[in-house]
Amino acid sequence: MSSVTRKVPARRRGLAARIWSERWAYAFLLPTLLLFGAYTVWPIISSLYYSMLDWKGLGAERPFVGLDNYREAFGDPLFWKSLGITLTIIAVTVPLRVGLSLLIALVLNNPRLPLARLFRTALFVPAVTTTAIIGVVMGFIFDPAGGPVNQLLLDLGIVDQPVDFLGDPASSLWTVMGVHMWKWFGITLVYWLAALQTIPATVYEAAKTDGAGNWAALRHVTLPLLRPFLIIILLLTAIETMQIFDLVLTMTNGGPFFSTLATEVYIYQQAFANSTPRLGYGAALGVLFGLVTLAFAALQAVGIRYANRARSSR
Amino acid sequence: MSAPRGRRATRRRLGIWAQVIVLAVICVVWIYPLLWIVSASLKDSLGVFSGGLGLIPDSLHFENYARAWRDADFGLYTVNSVLITLGTVALVVLRCALAGYVIARRNFIGKRAVVAVLVATLFAPQGLTIIPVVELSDLMGLLNSRTGIVLALAGTGHVAAVLLYAGYFSRVPRELEEAAIMDGAGFLRTFFRVMLPLAGPVTATVGVMTFLAAWNNFFLPLVFTFSRPDLRTLSVGMLAFRGTNSTDWSGLAAAGTISLVPLLLVFLALQRYFVEGIAGAVKS
Repeated sequence: MSSVTRKVPARRRGLAARIWSERWAYAFLLPTLLLFGAYTVWPIISSLYYSMLDWKGLGAERPFVGLDNYREAFGDPLFWKSLGITLTIIAVTVPLRVGLSLLIALVLNNPRLPLARLFRTALFVPAVTTTAIIGVVMGFIFDPAGGPVNQLLLDLGIVDQPVDFLGDPASSLWTVMGVHMWKWFGITLVYWLAALQTIPATVYEAAKTDGAGNWAALRHVTLPLLRPFLIIILLLTAIETMQIFDLVLTMTNGGPFFSTLATEVYIYQQAFANSTPRLGYGAALGVLFGLVTLAFAALQAVGIRYANRARSSR
Repeated sequence: MSAPRGRRATRRRLGIWAQVIVLAVICVVWIYPLLWIVSASLKDSLGVFSGGLGLIPDSLHFENYARAWRDADFGLYTVNSVLITLGTVALVVLRCALAGYVIARRNFIGKRAVVAVLVATLFAPQGLTIIPVVELSDLMGLLNSRTGIVLALAGTGHVAAVLLYAGYFSRVPRELEEAAIMDGAGFLRTFFRVMLPLAGPVTATVGVMTFLAAWNNFFLPLVFTFSRPDLRTLSVGMLAFRGTNSTDWSGLAAAGTISLVPLLLVFLALQRYFVEGIAGAVKS
């Protein structure tokens, strides 16, 4: 509290005086305003304008073409395919990841389980590794000529010929999804463990004195209390899954035959990797992709509101 | 009476140990790919192909590391990754602590607007922002520089860090600040001498999460270093290495190990803060 604030009531002071009295607050905000403004807010706004340009590279002429890029995107089978692939990855991996990690979290949450911390650490480790490195290395692990996965399958007699996991469009997307689940499983596991931590031990004790067995306690106490978290965890996991660029680019580069072409990989190819970069079209695809993400985020906001209401009504 | 109870206890103990064994098997399978990378980095190129699932190399081939470090420039990439990560962590911690503090503690005009913009952009995907970020950096002459990568990494996102600081500072009793002001400390001194040290746990969480995000980031350094291979980070270098040496598996495994080991050491030492940072997303 500076002396100025105490002498003059806030409402009667001029705007300039009020801003001046909080000059330190603005000074503290300055780094965030500059950096966040330049690298997050400005890009979001300017993308809308760039998406209406025919723009073939940094420093090149970029005539305004209105909604042409959007018109092209709506008729672009590869864009729709890429959205379909991204949504397939979400639809397959998110429920599996959330369900399986809940199962493991329930087991790990038992205070009498030995080595629980060690198990949690082991399951979490892939989540801290560099995705791009993992993507490259997984190329070897699934290699048809000498990779350990094929060695194992051959040794066990499950297959007689090595499987070209990443080279065959029938299996490539499934392989990418499997690695993605392995890589990020630990994050969802920690979400669930955090949710389980919010249930006080007294609730279980009360259930036990009422004569509830382990299963009854799980069904009638634990799972209902976890339901509000389910929505949050599902949507957090879905939004994280939209950003699968690093893994796909390093594992398959969107191939073979576009079978793993996630939307961000397609945007990258259009904007940067083509022989003639198409930055305007890439920006339009980025805007459309951002809208899909926004839809998930909006769902989450609704979900959190619902969850809070469910929690406070208890 | 006591016999069935004893049997039930035995059965329960057996159940626990069955769970332990299943979990142990899962965990070994889980970290096997990481162990395989380390093991492959010590084999000769032939041994990687023919070694199958075995993790123990016949003989140790440390020359893979020399090849990755010197010939494939992974020494240089490590320096780049370290500099970029440290710069980003320092900048993010500073800017988010400053912003979180005034958002929690001061009533300035425009505060609601600032918070609204932060929250609204929480989930902006990188595919949306990357093109303008590249153009802006190009205009400022920062496209082919480590400084440019650091500024872009520190400026993109990190909304959760600001909110984490704001939440923490709003719970600190006001008496602490008032006491500092009574002692004659100004705004700056109050923040740096009293408030920031109090927020140590938040700084640890934010620092560790930012370290992870910056070290692992790929999209941004990839497009920032197209024309400057000497500025590549480890993740970008790995892709380039495979592009030029797709058959040198053991060299690639050594390169992968070089980039993963520092990360895993930091994680094992500071695991608590990683877990807290991630769990925070659910608890709030």
